[in-house]
Amino acid sequence: MKYLPTIGLEIHVQLKTRSKIFCGCPNEPGGEPNTHVCPVCLGYPGTLPNVNGEAIRLTVLTGLMIGCRINPYSKFDRKNYFYPDMPKNYQISQYDKPLCLGGSVEIEVEGRKKAVGITRIHLEEDVGKSMHFGSSSGVDFNRAGAPLMEIVTEPDIETPEEAQAFLLALRQILLYGGVSDCNLEQGNLRCDVNCSVRPEGQSELGTKIEIKNMNTFKGVFHALKHELPRQEEVLRSGGAIRQETRRWDDEKGVTEAMRSKEYAHDYRYFPEPDLMPVVLPPETVEQWRATLPELPAKRRDRLVTEYGLPDYDAGVLVADKAVADFFEETARASGNPKAASNWVMTDVLRCLGEKQTELKDAKLTSVSLAGLIRLVDQKVINVPTARELFSELFEKGGDPTELVKTKGLAQVSDTGALEAYADEAIAENPGPVADYRAGKKPALQFLVGQIMKKSRGKANPRMVQELLQRKLGGA
Amino acid sequence: MTDTFRDDASRLDVRYVAHLARLHLSDEEAAVFQPQLEQVLGYVRELGALDVEGVEPTAHAFPVQNVFRDDEVRPGLDHEAAMKNAPQERQGQFIVPKIIE
Repeated sequence: MKYLPTIGLEIHVQLKTRSKIFCGCPNEPGGEPNTHVCPVCLGYPGTLPNVNGEAIRLTVLTGLMIGCRINPYSKFDRKNYFYPDMPKNYQISQYDKPLCLGGSVEIEVEGRKKAVGITRIHLEEDVGKSMHFGSSSGVDFNRAGAPLMEIVTEPDIETPEEAQAFLLALRQILLYGGVSDCNLEQGNLRCDVNCSVRPEGQSELGTKIEIKNMNTFKGVFHALKHELPRQEEVLRSGGAIRQETRRWDDEKGVTEAMRSKEYAHDYRYFPEPDLMPVVLPPETVEQWRATLPELPAKRRDRLVTEYGLPDYDAGVLVADKAVADFFEETARASGNPKAASNWVMTDVLRCLGEKQTELKDAKLTSVSLAGLIRLVDQKVINVPTARELFSELFEKGGDPTELVKTKGLAQVSDTGALEAYADEAIAENPGPVADYRAGKKPALQFLVGQIMKKSRGKANPRMVQELLQRKLGGA
Repeated sequence: MTDTFRDDASRLDVRYVAHLARLHLSDEEAAVFQPQLEQVLGYVRELGALDVEGVEPTAHAFPVQNVFRDDEVRPGLDHEAAMKNAPQERQGQFIVPKIIE
């Protein structure tokens, strides 16, 4: 019998605000433990939360980017539970009136497109971080009160590959919107995975297992690759799945049941009395909508039509917004989009990868790359020289025209000088010359190479080739 | 709202509620509080007799909404002050009994 998996995700995203959600403490990772704290985020009695309007805007912006309806009336609720990393013994969250409802994210797996539905997006506060010391645990509240957006999907995902594709697509959108840094190492994006399997032909979903707190996309993928067959195996051998929470052990490559709680969760949500409801006028929402960036899927289509790029190239370029921006700037400044795309896709991405750096930290500017492209187009330098210059521009920055001048790299297109080199090369290499004349065409490349060497790489290769063909007769 | 307050929960176990609040009740206390809890719940249940068809749930009594703060960093507590209430401290952190997952 075949078993069909059903997967839903809950993604927690730390929003990119300057201050925390309910107080003015800095919302930034790192820092010595308990140095970004105040009476509000430490949960002191008598303190009152004060909502950061930017957190509301970023959540709504996210909703608008993935086609959610913005709830005309939204409110905060208290979720009550005890855990040492949560100082108030309740978490301010949203229960029945979240900021955003509905929506979807388009994914593509093995050429098949599909929309993964979004149930809702709500806003809540992050909790502190705990560390374990032998017989006790330590808590750092720097992260407590960081604005956290929870995106809940419909159970529309059917394979581990789709789950991974969804997370990548969502991350790309969040980065485009400037909503979150989406830095996985820093825990900006964390994910709970709900999954079940059911026999083909059964419409009712199987019993759901939750895998908690995954912080890498690879982890989600591998956990599902392991967990779905495990559930199938239990059912095949006549067993039953018990609803439980499991944890993915990355080193062992297995999911394990977490110590089952004595009681099922009973959070006793009730409206947060300290916070007033959020009622967003349609004009405000429309104003925010007008600031939305062009989303990756749309940009990809535009790069194809506007610059005549192949689909694949456009896909590579839009994967990272900074790279796509850099490409467009270079394309416009150089007037040669195809060359700009080639440089960005090969040399720029390779150097970024080798240096483990990002465009914003690189010395290379779109202006200097465009200058380099123009120098090649105007035949001032040849491509190998341009490649050499590129490395220098990437490392140190600078103006390519100046560099060509100071280094004397301008290409030799002067026929007189080239003729002299060509005559020398022909005289010094009678063998290849004879080969070429006997019809061995590749011998010409050897001679071109000799001339390039004589010119110390500065000869215009096409002119050299034409010159040799003329001198040796026959094309 | 949640299971605790479900309308059809004819009897709410006081020990369950006490556990949620991390309160330890002696047998005597449980015996006293169980009927009291039921009395309170019975009183609240009288609301169930009202016809609230078409009435919006009221979360707040004040007609105030959209109270937001600008996204600005403001000074908080310095580390020493923040740790003053910690019964135990280690490496700048609040020490709590070992958390077991």
